[in-house]
Amino acid sequence: MSGQVPLVDYLVLGSDPHLIAHECTSCGARFFDRRNACANCENDEFTDVDIPTTGELRAFTIVSMAAPGIEVPFVASVVDCDGTSVRGNIINTPPDPDHVKLGMKVKLATYKVGTDDQGTEAIGFGFEPI
Amino acid sequence: MASDDIWILGIHMTKFGKHPDKDTVDLAAEATRAALKDAGVTMKDMGILAAGNLMGGGGIGQMLQKQVGQTGIPVYNVANACATGATALRTAIMAVKAGEVKYGLAVGVEKLAGAGLLGAGGAAKKDGVTYEPSGRFGAVAPTDGRIGTQTMPGVFAQIGMEYGHKYGGTSFELFARISEKNHAHSTLNPLAAYTKKMSLDQIMNDVMIAYPNTRPMCSANCDGAAAAVVTNGETLKTLSPDQQRRAIKVSASILTTDPWQEACQVLPDVNTLTRNAATQAYEQAGVSPEDLDLVELHDCFATAELVHYDNLMLCEPGGAVDLFESGATWRDGRIPVNVSGGLESKGHPISATGIANIWEVCNHLRGEGGDRQIENAKVGLAHVIGLGSACGVHILEKAAA
Ligand SMILES: [Zn+2]
Repeated sequence: MSGQVPLVDYLVLGSDPHLIAHECTSCGARFFDRRNACANCENDEFTDVDIPTTGELRAFTIVSMAAPGIEVPFVASVVDCDGTSVRGNIINTPPDPDHVKLGMKVKLATYKVGTDDQGTEAIGFGFEPI
Repeated sequence: MASDDIWILGIHMTKFGKHPDKDTVDLAAEATRAALKDAGVTMKDMGILAAGNLMGGGGIGQMLQKQVGQTGIPVYNVANACATGATALRTAIMAVKAGEVKYGLAVGVEKLAGAGLLGAGGAAKKDGVTYEPSGRFGAVAPTDGRIGTQTMPGVFAQIGMEYGHKYGGTSFELFARISEKNHAHSTLNPLAAYTKKMSLDQIMNDVMIAYPNTRPMCSANCDGAAAAVVTNGETLKTLSPDQQRRAIKVSASILTTDPWQEACQVLPDVNTLTRNAATQAYEQAGVSPEDLDLVELHDCFATAELVHYDNLMLCEPGGAVDLFESGATWRDGRIPVNVSGGLESKGHPISATGIANIWEVCNHLRGEGGDRQIENAKVGLAHVIGLGSACGVHILEKAAA
């Protein structure tokens, strides 16, 4: 088998890569992980919704010490995608406070994380400045 | 004193730092025996033991009993991240409050000297040979570092940056100056792991861990223990005048977890649960933030101290930068914060922290603060937070007599 797989199941690849969230059908709370029930209202029905691919940088840090295998420094961040907060790295820009600013507009971008023994590529996502 | 009031009768904190010649039980035993002595009671008086330790392999309460007194009382081994110590204390207080026991003992201990970066667990595993989605995110490879960061320095850095984005006024230098304050405070605390004053230049030019937190702006991994004996007003009335004089009233004892908020599962929300705990604590104690003479808050990182000024309502919402800039949180200011040196300088032996901060406040309320005594301190607040999250807030008051 070859081809591509997303790094996480809430990343949808293809011609228009984007993230999806599980939205509570009762209260609208959004989650990226597999759910047992809604943390806000206890309802257990969800529908998948597309998350906007652009947003505003709400918080970031430039990480200089990380687990083995992770290249440093890198920029970890929280991006506000039109009301839905998303965790991701800021990529395709130098990891320093001159290039990464709170409030800046960013958009989703994908990159190759690695290739397994079968030749399958894992594709991750981050956000890059617009 | 009302019969059902809760009092700290005795309390002790070991020297924080490196204790290569002592194991976890040694440190816990040292704190326990000193707290019992301070209280003027023995293990035979205790009705419950609540003990916290995260890195030692479990069962700390029973291991401790085997060294200091196996009296057969119930042991609650508790774990609540960095709020473990406060959780142990809260457990002992609940048992006394419920009327099941007259005396409760709470202990927190950790051996952490030399431990590296915390919170990066699970990432050491190599990428799979064949990508297979696993876990709740269907991940084919470790996500930490690839999809943001879940390490403590990175999480708390973002929490400070988020505050800056919301209200403005923050900068690398501002956060570094908060650290400068706590390192300066620690010079008066002989029990602190680090007691050296650090200049702003030194702090800003030290090793960057997670911008804007450099190494001295992060809590110091170290060894240490703290223990407290609690009782009720009815029992205290039967004790000696000296025990009554030195007893410290627990006017509020609150533990909260993080209620659901948008984004709280993306970046931990340390604000709402702290604000909730503080609100409940002020109400329970019948005091307001203006009444506080000193505060020991959870400065696990310099960025965290700033947001907790706001969360503990030491300032108006959004006013944390102005509060710090006014000098109010220095030891000679209006509301001294972390006169012990805080976690950045005194150190952060995780499970001990939530009792050690209460020891610090008690010391001042008893007028036994030595060189760093805050004069005429009558009311103090101690706050801890553990990611996950749990928040403990205790308000303490000097005995009326
Ligand atoms: Zn819901």
